[in-house]
Amino acid sequence: MDEGFKLFPDQASTMAREVDWLFYFALAVGVFFSALIFLLVLYFAVKYRRRSDDEQPKPIFGDVRLEALWTVIPLGLTMVMFGWGTGIFFKVNRPPANAMEINVVAKQWMWKFQHPTGQREINELHVPLGQPIKLTMTSEDVIHSLYVPAFRIKNDVLPSRCTTLWFEATKPGKYHLFCAEYCGTKHSQMGGWIYVMEATQYQQWLAGGAADETPVEKGQRLFTQLGCATCHQANPTARGPSLHGVFGQQVKLKTGQTIVADENYLRESIVNPSVKITAGYEPIMPTFKGLVNEEQLLDLISYLKSIGAAPSKEDKK
Amino acid sequence: MPTKIFHTTSRPQPEQMTREHYLNVDYGIKSWLLTTDHKRIALLYLATITAFFALGGIFAVVIRLELMTPSGDLVQSETYNKLFTMHGIVMIFFFLIPSIPATLGNFLVPMMIGARDLAFPRLNLASWYIFVIGGSLTFTAVVVGGVDTGWTFYTPYSSSYANTHVILTATGIFITGFSSILTGLNFIITIHKMRAPGLRWFRLPLFIWAHYATSLIMVLGTPVIAITIAMVGLERLFRVGIFDPALGGDPLLFQHLFWFYSHPAVYIMILPGMGVISELVTCFSRKRIYGYPFIAFSSLAIAVLGFLVWGHHMFVAGQSVYAAMIFSVLSMLVAIPSAVKVFNWTATLYKGSISYDTPMLYAFGFIGLFTIGGLTGVFLATLGIDVHVHDTYFVVAHFHYIMVGGMIMAYMGGLHFWWPKITGRMYSEGWAKLAALIIFVGFNLTFFPQFLLGYLGMPRRYHFYPEEFQVLNVMSSAGASVLGVGYLIPMIYFIWSMRYGKPAGPNPWGAKGLEWQTPSPPPTDNFTKPPVVEEAYAYAPHTQEDRPRG
Amino acid sequence: MRLTHRRTGPVAEQKNIAAVAHHFDTAEQQREASTLGMWAFLVTEIMMFGGLFTGYVVYRNLYPDGFAAGSHHLDITLGGINTMALIASSLTMAMAVRAAQLGKRKTLVLFLLCTIALGLFFLGIKAVEYSHKYHEQLVPGLPFADEGTLTQQVYVFISFYFVLTGLHAFHMVIGIGLLTWLTVKGWRGGFSKEYFTPVELSGLYWHFVDIVWIFLYPLLYLIGRH
Repeated sequence: MDEGFKLFPDQASTMAREVDWLFYFALAVGVFFSALIFLLVLYFAVKYRRRSDDEQPKPIFGDVRLEALWTVIPLGLTMVMFGWGTGIFFKVNRPPANAMEINVVAKQWMWKFQHPTGQREINELHVPLGQPIKLTMTSEDVIHSLYVPAFRIKNDVLPSRCTTLWFEATKPGKYHLFCAEYCGTKHSQMGGWIYVMEATQYQQWLAGGAADETPVEKGQRLFTQLGCATCHQANPTARGPSLHGVFGQQVKLKTGQTIVADENYLRESIVNPSVKITAGYEPIMPTFKGLVNEEQLLDLISYLKSIGAAPSKEDKK
Repeated sequence: MPTKIFHTTSRPQPEQMTREHYLNVDYGIKSWLLTTDHKRIALLYLATITAFFALGGIFAVVIRLELMTPSGDLVQSETYNKLFTMHGIVMIFFFLIPSIPATLGNFLVPMMIGARDLAFPRLNLASWYIFVIGGSLTFTAVVVGGVDTGWTFYTPYSSSYANTHVILTATGIFITGFSSILTGLNFIITIHKMRAPGLRWFRLPLFIWAHYATSLIMVLGTPVIAITIAMVGLERLFRVGIFDPALGGDPLLFQHLFWFYSHPAVYIMILPGMGVISELVTCFSRKRIYGYPFIAFSSLAIAVLGFLVWGHHMFVAGQSVYAAMIFSVLSMLVAIPSAVKVFNWTATLYKGSISYDTPMLYAFGFIGLFTIGGLTGVFLATLGIDVHVHDTYFVVAHFHYIMVGGMIMAYMGGLHFWWPKITGRMYSEGWAKLAALIIFVGFNLTFFPQFLLGYLGMPRRYHFYPEEFQVLNVMSSAGASVLGVGYLIPMIYFIWSMRYGKPAGPNPWGAKGLEWQTPSPPPTDNFTKPPVVEEAYAYAPHTQEDRPRG
Repeated sequence: MRLTHRRTGPVAEQKNIAAVAHHFDTAEQQREASTLGMWAFLVTEIMMFGGLFTGYVVYRNLYPDGFAAGSHHLDITLGGINTMALIASSLTMAMAVRAAQLGKRKTLVLFLLCTIALGLFFLGIKAVEYSHKYHEQLVPGLPFADEGTLTQQVYVFISFYFVLTGLHAFHMVIGIGLLTWLTVKGWRGGFSKEYFTPVELSGLYWHFVDIVWIFLYPLLYLIGRH
């Protein structure tokens, strides 16, 4: 919300409330100990102020029990914060399975968003209320970071890699979106707005705007245009492994290692295929680096995420 | 007969005019530039780091002026980005890291252990020259156009996109790193091998323990930043592909290598300050420190643990969740020894005889502000909170509370405490107290609003910001002007005191410690007669009953 | 202007025998301090090379094929000869320290000269190797040879090769400088069986530089060789 002076940010996501509770706890602990030290120091400084020049206080060496006490108590409190914070962190890093996927490309100095239904936005993102949204992000140049204070979420956006962020908005409105990793001249102007809308309004908004091809459609078109389908077929004599349902699966490599096929694996396999070869296949895949840009890579990944186990006729087009 | 520095004042001090000490033993620029006396080298450092502090401070002034309005109307974005970068580089590498060790440490470490000099006096002088050369290169970079990568030099921006003087600045920092390494080496060897007879480890002042721990970090960590920054330079020159993903490199590798040094570096900056506070709190409570072994070991614990937490700067950078967890829990652990120190200092005040001399005022300020800064560090170590406040003004406030509210207050306290020893003169107590108060108020007004700004979501390194953040920014800038005045006042009265200050005797504060058993200023060889070694902080005779329980 | 005040200490002999520096109480304290200082300095060197080795390990892991291909471009014979030369030089250095311990001036100088010769030989071979790389177009920053799909990876390997061996060679040059100073001073009778600390500590430094090479040789030259 764009308005005047505030002391606390809006709570507009499911995680915001949780983060704030943890923050209040940490704040209480912090205020307690700061006040304790301030007051003790002040009290001792006044009560034991030097009243005559020849005062000679008795030496006090210390007490191991007291040392233990003021070691263990802070340790305990910090462990509570650690545990609680880790719990939140795990949730923040585990997007729900039914999240709507939005692709994000950052570049100096703007944000490009693409909805699964094809709408593209620049520096603005319209999302529906009460629906988990997963952002798959990459950068075209330097490291950026997508930050939405009202949702209490942030993640760096790296070049040549995908990172993700998810949220579920709980309050309609307009919220700041910032770049939070210094990226050059216009870093502080690389911001925008997230518009959270009721579900029906969101549908209206989607219908109203000009929709591009969806990422999945574009990805499928690229898959054919670039000739991926010539090698990556579902039959056992194909030159490349079948990609149906590959996303999220375990893949055994020629080196014997097994890895999970996530967004970064798919991305790397397109731009740097010689690094990880699937077991049973030869390293003959050419690199597409320079032939596809970041958005197209995200489109291809979106497409690959969408194809299930059974091969369909469309792939042979 | 060379002319003397000190004129006859209206209070002639015959002893002052005839006694030889390290300042008047020789005159002329060669006697300073070719000295191997650790005390003179300390003063050489004092002059140079003060100059760098002023430079970094000027950058801060312009930054805070710009941030009074939400739009970038005072300077252009490129300039603003250079300003915050250079403020960070100058303050961290050329002021905070050398400050206490190179000035107070150089001056006092030999004296506190009863030695005539450090183990390697010529290396000590070499370290100053290296510092000056590195600093000159970086200053040149500033003058010919500056650098805009942020002091953190994240790749690929710094290795492949920035078109400012990255290599020149990096070379300056690389060279200055060796100054740090040599100082650390010197301290370690000196403390091990040159203690006066009878001065066992557990009789050493905690200032020495703190400098020992600091030196361990200096010696182990600095080479890593040196090689990392060299690699950034190589990447820029030869497009190697170590850190730039477009060439197949890994930007996270840079971050790991960078923070492996730069996190321990913050402990290099704060540990000496903690050492100073132990000295101040004991002297001005006229009482031995509470929990000596705990404070001593906590310095070592901070040095060791400090090397294990670097990943807490990268919680949202793309490292694995499990790595983040490990760094988070270790970061919690490293907070504990600092907490132990704060409690022990507070306990030292209990039943003491407390005087409100200026050094003690700075010590009080340190204890309070360092506590706040340290606690906010725990906030940042908490994963769930850090996701929200990482790279915001919350972090900026946190580290300024520790560095300015903590470290610089300790430095000021130390300067005031040992000023009579160093110069043989007292400063003006009235002005000093006033300056301390102005600094305390100015500091809090500048940096407390930044905690609020951070949680509200204002990112750091922002030239433009949304209007709703303006009120807090104006408060912060107002505070900065007060703080600036607060720092100017001591510069004036310290210089004034060198000529007109009341001459000080060997021990104007009634402090314990070998450095107070010698005249002020000390003779070149530090002691006119062998110092008497006792227990640390032996402010009062004690009986067997007083010995520690438990 | 003298940079230190020297006064005769309890074990000074004739002219040019370095005595105890004024800030030390005894010769033994001076020797202990210098020795600990050299060891501590070598630890910092380990940290510096360590940073480079970390980078090497990361990229070797990421690019096993590129690193192997790059390694095959290095001449293992020349590298092997260099390794032998350095090991021999550590032997002659140890003999020099021994000669100093026994107070044998001429033997000391002889072995120091042998060590210097071996060090210069090492640097000569390195210069030959570097010039080969130049002719093979395998120098970072200059037009680079085509290695097919592995070109970028080989470029990273070659860059590590040059930085690691370059930094090592720089340390060798400093070492040779130290040894030259020792030779001159030793020839003039500056060392005795009571005082030979600089020889000992330079020996430590030299052995360290040798050990770094012992790591560099297999890591750079022997990848993927059977």
